[in-house]
Amino acid sequence: MRLTGGGLIDRGKVMRFTFDGRSYEGVGGDTLASALLANDIRLVGRSFKYHRPRGVMTAGSEEPNALVTVGRGGQQEPNLRATMLELHEGLAARSQNAWPSLDWDLLALNDAFAPFLGAGFYYKTFMWPRAFWERVYEPIIRRAAGLGALSGAHNTDTYEKAHAHCDLLVIGAGPAGLMAAREAARAGADVIVVDEDNRPGGRLNAETEEVDGKPGYLWAQELVAELVAMGNVRLMTRTTVTGVYDQGSFGALERLPAEVAARPGAPRECFWRIATRRAVLAAGSLERPVAFAGNDRPGIMMAGAVRAYVNRWAVAPGRCVAVFGNNDDAHRTAADLMAAGVHVAALIDSRPDARSDLDLPFYAGARVCGSSGRKGLEAVDIELALGRREKIRVDCLAVSGGWNPSVHLACHMGGRPEWSDDIAGFVPRDDMVPGMAVAGASAGAMSTHACLKSGVEAARTTLSELGIKMPDKAPALPQADDAPYRITPLWQVHGKGRAWLDFQNDVTVKDVAQAARENFRSVEHMKRYTTQGMAPDQGKNSNVGALAVLADATGRSIPQTGTTTFRPPYVPVPIAAMGAGAQGQGFAPRRLTTSHAASQSMDAPMIEVGLWYRPSYFPRAGETSWRQSCDREVAHVREAVGIADVSTLGKIDIQGADAAQFLDFVYTNTFSTLKAGRVRYGLMLREDGHVMDDGTTARLGQDHFVMTTTTAAAGQVMRHLEFVHQCLCPGLDVSMISVTEQWAQFAVAGPKSRDLLNGVLDAPVDAERFPFMGCGEVTLGDVEARLFRISFSGEHAYEIAVPARYGESLFRLLVARAEEMGGGAYGMEALNVLRLEKGLLTHAELHGRTTAFDIGMERMISAKKDCIGKAAAARPGLTDPDRERLVGLKPVGAVKQLTAGAHLFGEADAATRENDQGYVTSVGFSPTLGHFAGLGFLKRGPERHGEVIRMVDHLRGIEALCEVTAPAFFDPDGGRARD
Amino acid sequence: MIELTARSPFNGTLPLSVGALNLSQVDAGQMTALSPRKGQGKALASAFKQAHGIAWPGPGRISGREGCRALWFGHSHVLLMGPVPDATLCQHAAMVDQSDAWGVVRIEGAGVRDALARLTPLDLRETQFKRGHTARSEIADMPASVTRIGAQSYQVMVFRAMAGTLVEEIEVAMRGVAARAGGCDHAIGNHD
Amino acid sequence: MRITCPICGERDRREFHYQGAAVALDRPAPDAGAESWDDYLHNRENPAGPTRELWHHEAGCGAWLVVTRDTVTHEMQGSELASALQEADS
Repeated sequence: MRLTGGGLIDRGKVMRFTFDGRSYEGVGGDTLASALLANDIRLVGRSFKYHRPRGVMTAGSEEPNALVTVGRGGQQEPNLRATMLELHEGLAARSQNAWPSLDWDLLALNDAFAPFLGAGFYYKTFMWPRAFWERVYEPIIRRAAGLGALSGAHNTDTYEKAHAHCDLLVIGAGPAGLMAAREAARAGADVIVVDEDNRPGGRLNAETEEVDGKPGYLWAQELVAELVAMGNVRLMTRTTVTGVYDQGSFGALERLPAEVAARPGAPRECFWRIATRRAVLAAGSLERPVAFAGNDRPGIMMAGAVRAYVNRWAVAPGRCVAVFGNNDDAHRTAADLMAAGVHVAALIDSRPDARSDLDLPFYAGARVCGSSGRKGLEAVDIELALGRREKIRVDCLAVSGGWNPSVHLACHMGGRPEWSDDIAGFVPRDDMVPGMAVAGASAGAMSTHACLKSGVEAARTTLSELGIKMPDKAPALPQADDAPYRITPLWQVHGKGRAWLDFQNDVTVKDVAQAARENFRSVEHMKRYTTQGMAPDQGKNSNVGALAVLADATGRSIPQTGTTTFRPPYVPVPIAAMGAGAQGQGFAPRRLTTSHAASQSMDAPMIEVGLWYRPSYFPRAGETSWRQSCDREVAHVREAVGIADVSTLGKIDIQGADAAQFLDFVYTNTFSTLKAGRVRYGLMLREDGHVMDDGTTARLGQDHFVMTTTTAAAGQVMRHLEFVHQCLCPGLDVSMISVTEQWAQFAVAGPKSRDLLNGVLDAPVDAERFPFMGCGEVTLGDVEARLFRISFSGEHAYEIAVPARYGESLFRLLVARAEEMGGGAYGMEALNVLRLEKGLLTHAELHGRTTAFDIGMERMISAKKDCIGKAAAARPGLTDPDRERLVGLKPVGAVKQLTAGAHLFGEADAATRENDQGYVTSVGFSPTLGHFAGLGFLKRGPERHGEVIRMVDHLRGIEALCEVTAPAFFDPDGGRARD
Repeated sequence: MIELTARSPFNGTLPLSVGALNLSQVDAGQMTALSPRKGQGKALASAFKQAHGIAWPGPGRISGREGCRALWFGHSHVLLMGPVPDATLCQHAAMVDQSDAWGVVRIEGAGVRDALARLTPLDLRETQFKRGHTARSEIADMPASVTRIGAQSYQVMVFRAMAGTLVEEIEVAMRGVAARAGGCDHAIGNHD
Repeated sequence: MRITCPICGERDRREFHYQGAAVALDRPAPDAGAESWDDYLHNRENPAGPTRELWHHEAGCGAWLVVTRDTVTHEMQGSELASALQEADS
């Protein structure tokens, strides 16, 4: 019911919303929870396991019950807390976990079977028969359990991630946080203040007390305005710090208001990564319930939340309210309700010595021991000091079991809080997070005055650690309430009936006691056995209560029992926010060659190679499969001339007086003997003796080389070269820089390649100037280019490199010329077949576990010099003749297909792991040879040429007999490339 | 004789404006990476100054002005943007043409730092990253060079092949910033 | 996690590539024998406390760093340029 006066709301701004399809009205400043309560909606959800009716219990992110789903299809978002959901015009929220309706939920039947559904029920029950688990039990349980559901549609909302930096991060904009921020800001520090509410002020927005002679909320509002005007303070509202990480890194989730999120291009949420030098945790505290029978009925709420609804939102959560507590906050709640004109039927204080001056029925030393009502609270039973019982008819019960400091974030780095008898709660120890001070109620300061004071102190400590100057004397504190916090712990009211500890997961006192009986006495075991504090709760409501019950059941104290581990995130973080922008094409940067558009205009399908996109093949009219295109492109290269973009290969410019010496050290073979104007194939090992990469390196001048790497290993090789230079031989005069992006490079391959080039180069090339493995500069009009006579196809071939701006133009020209000569562009498929026919290697073979010996290149390790990987490569294990070594494979049986990934077995052996002789790394159909050709690794392979073995692909169900051959199938002596 | 046509890495996608932010292509002219030869650091710095009239920039700094600028470009390199490097510098430095290797853009306008905060982990606060500061870091997971060239103006460079992704990513960030700026009460304050 | 690069200052961890123990700086002589090479390549301490590691500021300035880090407290205790350390040694 909305009260007629008061509240920090905008009554003039009326907004319509729906809940479960029915239409209601709320006002500016409402949350969905306050608007539902204003409309007298008490039943808002069903519990997880028993499908019990549940209502709003809190007014913050700790809400366990009021979880709703918003949006449809790709925008559907489940498990939103109604207490955190700002009302906006047209909001359509739906309840969860109820079928067919919230009001009449079939699975509420579970509640009747509750005696059988206690802790460990699933573990014990669905044991047999074993096969039933996957097929029968799990699907049924999955359907029955759980909270809201995802739609299954692709998420169409926009999310953002962003970075922020500051000197001081203040977490929480309540009295402590604001004072810390003011102190730091006045000293000139860069401050970020984060608060999960849309309105800074913390509890001051929910209480009637005054600060500095004015209403607390007003004091906060004015201070915030002052801070923001200073210029060195950034206020981030609607932002929850979700995790604390090393060296002052924090994660925070920002929810954008609906009217902003609705704008084009606007995100719904933003995940912030904040780097700060120091932090002040001023996250306040969370009120805890008391476990008594039937304490989960809609209408039973936390006392602090009742005050928040009355004072901030001008909503009476009930017409006739009882207040129950073990501390003075119960009295404050009753007083606020009365001041707002709400009838308070009883004030029940479990402390026998409690006093009250309020004009209401007061029960000292009494406890609420039960509740009744069908879908909401109708009455509470109280147990008076002398054992007498009384029933009081109320529709709302405000409960305060005391306050738990929000220690969560202080514990994210593994520190454990310590127990304080003064406040009957856990408080952080010093230095649990390096660089983080804890202030206010999070540190156990329970009055507003104490919070203001501790905020200033935390800031001053922090500033002095940062070496930031501040006035010697702390400023005078604003006048504020300093009433002592008096509490006598009360965790549970013993008696019949189920008393809830974790409302979200339906964990009761009985379940915890049962866990203890079954010897799950460690708090971590109890948690896992009962699911207490798991899922979205993360120990916010239930943690200390459950510990107390466990301590009681096991005869230990609470500090002896200890707490469970607090881990990030503090509130649920959508994966969509953490990985913002990484959907679909945004998953990774796209690296496009200069010929990309030209290839696309030729309808070439693209294949991703690392971040690069390369054309698979170039289909022509009449071709119906990739194989037809590929076969044609192979024939172009073998018979005429083909053009391929090879710009993606890594290119590293290496210069210096010691460049040759450096290359001798990183390659197994020698480069210091290479003449200028010549290219040499090089093999590079890792220091552990396995092959890292291969490629050609050209000597452009005495002190100038250009190394090429494979596309896949370009980054790794660059890092490796820098490592070798900086870490192993920093004294060498060597400079390196990647020129991969500077040059667009194209293979011009095939018997007509020279003819083609001579039609485009200013000066023709001949065998004398450009012999096989020669290189040099050429020109195309104004453009200076580099020409390398190298071949990855086995044909007479060149690679021509031009500055990248000319790449597209040259590609189109070369392809047009090639087509005139009976050739054309070729893609990755043809490139792969061409190299396979020649037995040339890629990272399918150089996969990180093969040695120079395995690939038949052991003689490339020069005996005359040291090199990276040489010592390890010589170890017996890496030169064992029994190793799997490179071979060619050719089908000789009825099945003509080979498959990569298949394993090799003796012809007569069973295809089992023990008989495994090797595996296939690359295959392709060779149009040149007319059969499939494969490369693979076979035990003692080079000794077994001519032998017939069996290839078995267990995954695809293919078996083929193959002959073991030398790796090079076509033109094995290489004459075609040299001619 | 063959005539090849040059193409820009951005291929007509720029300039681009979203809200108060502008993104434009920078035609930096000749770009040359210079790396001092062993023991030649000092000699190079003075020869460089002599030849081009601008200082050899220290780590994280730039020198010169638009049209003739030197950018610290990593632990062993400086990038000369604009002039063709004096040939005699090769006595002291390895010089490598990088004119075609990078896509270079300028992003500017009110809220430019908010847009960049969505793209890079760099600390770009006014007090930390001043005019004339430069850094190698990441922009939207791409290796990048970021330079502050004005109060609200930054130069960003990524590999040429990633220029398309750069424009897309910056545009998304600009849209996010512009959408918030449309009268929202969210991030109050002009904190940098 | 944040790492201080001696050239660039404190930077986000994502700019760095982790290599492993700084043992990799002490490459044995080619003929040092199997045991030395085995230690160099494969055998690593797993200290609870300060440890020296090699990181590459790959998405930054490109320098290789030796970072001293406490595996228990996660405290960053210092970082140096690997090249400077090696040149001083030689």
